[in-house]
Amino acid sequence: MSETLTAIIMLLGALLVLIGAIGAVRMPDLLLRMHATTKAGALGTGLIAVAAAIFFVDTGVTVRSLAIVAFVILTAPVAAHMIGRAGYFTGAPLWDKTLKDELRQRLDRHGHYLHSGLEDTDDTPRSDRDSQ
Amino acid sequence: MIEWVTLATMLILVLALVLTFVRLVVGPSLADRVVALELIALIAVGIMIVYAIQVERAAFLDVALVLALTAFMAAVGFARFLERGGSGHNE
Repeated sequence: MSETLTAIIMLLGALLVLIGAIGAVRMPDLLLRMHATTKAGALGTGLIAVAAAIFFVDTGVTVRSLAIVAFVILTAPVAAHMIGRAGYFTGAPLWDKTLKDELRQRLDRHGHYLHSGLEDTDDTPRSDRDSQ
Repeated sequence: MIEWVTLATMLILVLALVLTFVRLVVGPSLADRVVALELIALIAVGIMIVYAIQVERAAFLDVALVLALTAFMAAVGFARFLERGGSGHNE
């Protein structure tokens, strides 16, 4: 019973990782590739770790497996955020069918400053304006 | 049953590893290569866990945990290097 469950979860995790790898090869630009690899890869590896926890029925192994799952789930988004940000700053080209890039006009790529788009309009409260 | 399932899982993971390696070699910008390296580290963690199940030795799980830690450090370091003026395109 537990062997069957291990087999199913392990195969499912490996197939998810394979989907992530196919996405890494087939997707057209950096951000779409990260979309495929980060989520599918983290979930696939986490499922394989859960399969190990089910296979070895042991407290220490379960704790280590859960540590792997928690660590992968916690760090994959952080690493993806940093790489995506760095790739955008260094000018990785977007897919030519990209419809919308709202960040481009608001981002000062040299000073690393994000404009809100409201700097020109006078939106300070009335009490501040009177005191000036 | 678990023997051939671990073998099949290994084969699937190795196929994923080869595909990711293609992106590591081809990838036009350095950020693409960093993404491929991160996925390769995740696949290596998976292979280690599957190997631990195959030989029924739980000690390999520690190795997988440490590799996951160092892979995260490598990704963050690469990202900071890129953002602080490393060359994005190494053609």
